[in-house]
Amino acid sequence: MTNGVPPDLQALGITKRFGPLTALKDVNFQLRSAQFHALLGENGAGKSTLVKCIMGYYHPDEGTILLNQEQATIRSPRDAQTFGIGMVYQQFTLIPNMTVLENLVISKAKLAPLIDWQKEERQLAEFMEKMPFKVSLTARVSSLAAGEKQKVEILKQLALQNRILILDEPTSVLTPQEADEMLGHLRAMTLTQQLSVLIITHKLREVEAFADEVTVLRKGQFVGSGKVSELTVSQMAEMMVGSAVTAKPKQRHVQSTKVPKLVLHDIRVKDESSVEVVRGLHLTIHEGEIVGVAGVSGNGQRELVEVLAGQRQATAGTIRVHDQPYQPTRQKIMRHKMFCLPEEPLQNTCVGRMSVAENLAFRNFDVEPHAVGGWLISRPALRRSAYDLIERYNIKPPYPDTPIQSLSGGNVQRAVLARELSADVEILIIANPCFGLDFLAMEEIRLQIVAARNRGTAVLLVSEDLDEILELSDRTVVMFNGQFVYETMSSDADLRIIGRHMTGHAT
Amino acid sequence: MEAGWWGVLIAVLGGAIRIGTPFLFVSLGECLTEKSGRINLGLEGTLVMGAMTGYAVSLHSGSPWLGVVCAGLAGMVLGALHSWLCSFQRVNDIAVGIAMMLFGTGLAFFLGKPYIQPSAPRLPSIDLGAWSEIPQLQAALQINALFLVGIVVAIALAWMLKNTAWGLKVRVVGESADAARALGLPVDRIRILSTAQGGFLAGIGGSYLSLYYPFNWSEGLSSGQGLMAVALVIFARWQPVGCLWVSLLWGGAAALGPSLQSVGITGGYYIFNAIPYIMTLAVMIITCSPRRTLVGVPHELTVSR
Repeated sequence: MTNGVPPDLQALGITKRFGPLTALKDVNFQLRSAQFHALLGENGAGKSTLVKCIMGYYHPDEGTILLNQEQATIRSPRDAQTFGIGMVYQQFTLIPNMTVLENLVISKAKLAPLIDWQKEERQLAEFMEKMPFKVSLTARVSSLAAGEKQKVEILKQLALQNRILILDEPTSVLTPQEADEMLGHLRAMTLTQQLSVLIITHKLREVEAFADEVTVLRKGQFVGSGKVSELTVSQMAEMMVGSAVTAKPKQRHVQSTKVPKLVLHDIRVKDESSVEVVRGLHLTIHEGEIVGVAGVSGNGQRELVEVLAGQRQATAGTIRVHDQPYQPTRQKIMRHKMFCLPEEPLQNTCVGRMSVAENLAFRNFDVEPHAVGGWLISRPALRRSAYDLIERYNIKPPYPDTPIQSLSGGNVQRAVLARELSADVEILIIANPCFGLDFLAMEEIRLQIVAARNRGTAVLLVSEDLDEILELSDRTVVMFNGQFVYETMSSDADLRIIGRHMTGHAT
Repeated sequence: MEAGWWGVLIAVLGGAIRIGTPFLFVSLGECLTEKSGRINLGLEGTLVMGAMTGYAVSLHSGSPWLGVVCAGLAGMVLGALHSWLCSFQRVNDIAVGIAMMLFGTGLAFFLGKPYIQPSAPRLPSIDLGAWSEIPQLQAALQINALFLVGIVVAIALAWMLKNTAWGLKVRVVGESADAARALGLPVDRIRILSTAQGGFLAGIGGSYLSLYYPFNWSEGLSSGQGLMAVALVIFARWQPVGCLWVSLLWGGAAALGPSLQSVGITGGYYIFNAIPYIMTLAVMIITCSPRRTLVGVPHELTVSR
């Protein structure tokens, strides 16, 4: 499309409303030619909305987009592409059952009616020669690691000759090393004037290391922008959150005892395509201990959590709880009080259309006082318990009869945590508890988890957020390719070593 | 006795082609439809409707080939209707398929009442066995031209899905509607066209039933071929050329009972006739485990989500 330097992009006075909600209010933003720009903000600050307005997914209610000072009318992502603007989304838009070559060909704006695969392959191989990173064209996308998929997404945009590249949280599924490598390549391309880059992120470390400029949004409004070299990390954090914040170190009252509560022995799990994704796990968690499982998603963590929650069968191995063999029947779950807060709790452990009170009672609706004589459900009793939990865990709105699916993500998380913690939980399995939550909700959930630990609960915390694991857990293990490959006490953990193990590049 | 067993083998091979041809057309139609991400259970109705239309047109016009084309067109209309209904919000393709199956068969019986008695011109066959002295071999090698057409269609369909822009679009829509929308592809339109084309093939399969073998029009003409096509496509791993082999396998299985009867083995006749159904059941049980996804299944299919 456009040759020479990438165009200068400006968004002026952008306002976007969704019904009564104003997602963006009079936001100004400029991406100068060949700059690496970071768009910072918390979840719900309006970053994605702004970018989608630029891409033509949304049509702003007010405001204009300028390219090289000329007004540009962008009605659809197709239009954006004709202006040389391309976007890499958080969820990959690649087709897993097709090869890299097929994926790159299908994204071309004009497809010849007859596809000459040899010619396409030759052309793309030539194009790949000029790129700083390479991916095998004949590989099936489903066989690629997350980092490689991301590279394919970026190559796809570059093959379309886009000069402005927008990336929505590009590093959330990557290891620190993969992230640095990818951002480094993009940085190099901006330095040679080939590309302008806009990344949406909330990782300040990446902003500091790679970006030239930063724009901060908060609650749909422009807060500030400037050169990264002239700002400190704490200034940027303050702009993001609105006040000076520091994560308080969590109080650990009790040393963990050496009483084993949960013992996993040689757990093996196969996924839907009969591939062994969990390959022989051994782990012991003691009373009053949080063990964090770090790792890039897709290394078997989800399957492990599903097995412990009783949603999937292990192909081999034993689980022992309180030194007894354990199967996830309702009786044993209740006796051993082994509960679970999985990721995406609304889909995984709630019934969206049932009320908050009903969802809160899933663990104990069939016992007194909720079930009279063990079979007749007493609605007043359910509600009384619900009111109690709503108050203790600060669930909003505080009405037990609303369907749980109408609650915000943070409140669903609180509700499920309330349910799982309330019955003196002995063993707690948690996966990505703070995914998509704002800062305050995040702090609250983390405090509750540590409080449970201090009461003696054994906690298994699976998370993609390494900072979260190091902050909360007593011990950290790294999961790679279905196995635990590294273990360390969190207090003397070395981020670089952990990162190397996460990618399987140790030793 | 030696010659008798050879006779059975030859009869099974001949039967595989004779009985397998309608399976081939229906499964190719179902394969194309499923590649675009929808299941059309209505093909059973399409098959019966195609059989009726082909027979009626052949009778009135005197040209069985015109009957075949009209049967395809009738199938195309039913296919388009199915996919048009499915393109509405919150409409389930399985439920619509069952409705279309009942609608297609019902309509065919209603319109086909006058055609049960008269005799229509039959589709001609090619004697590939004229060189041989053995009557069984001659009978087995009497092949209908539609079977050859079916082979060409299977190969052409496989080639088209791989090498044409249209084929690639059908596959993208079948693998991920979201990705297709992000690429600006008209998901519903592509599915409607694929399902209509699939209906065309299934209609032709129906005309083979009424115009060649068993060569009559009655209400009991189809014996579930349209529904079994779903299992055949799974067994063929969604590969058109695979559909060819699987159809021959099913045809051969269906021919086993009659072939054995012809050499005097009559015991278990009904059991032998049930073999295709037992095979269908077996395929469904083996492949439909909740703990595994199938290899090659288009991701948008409701069975795989």
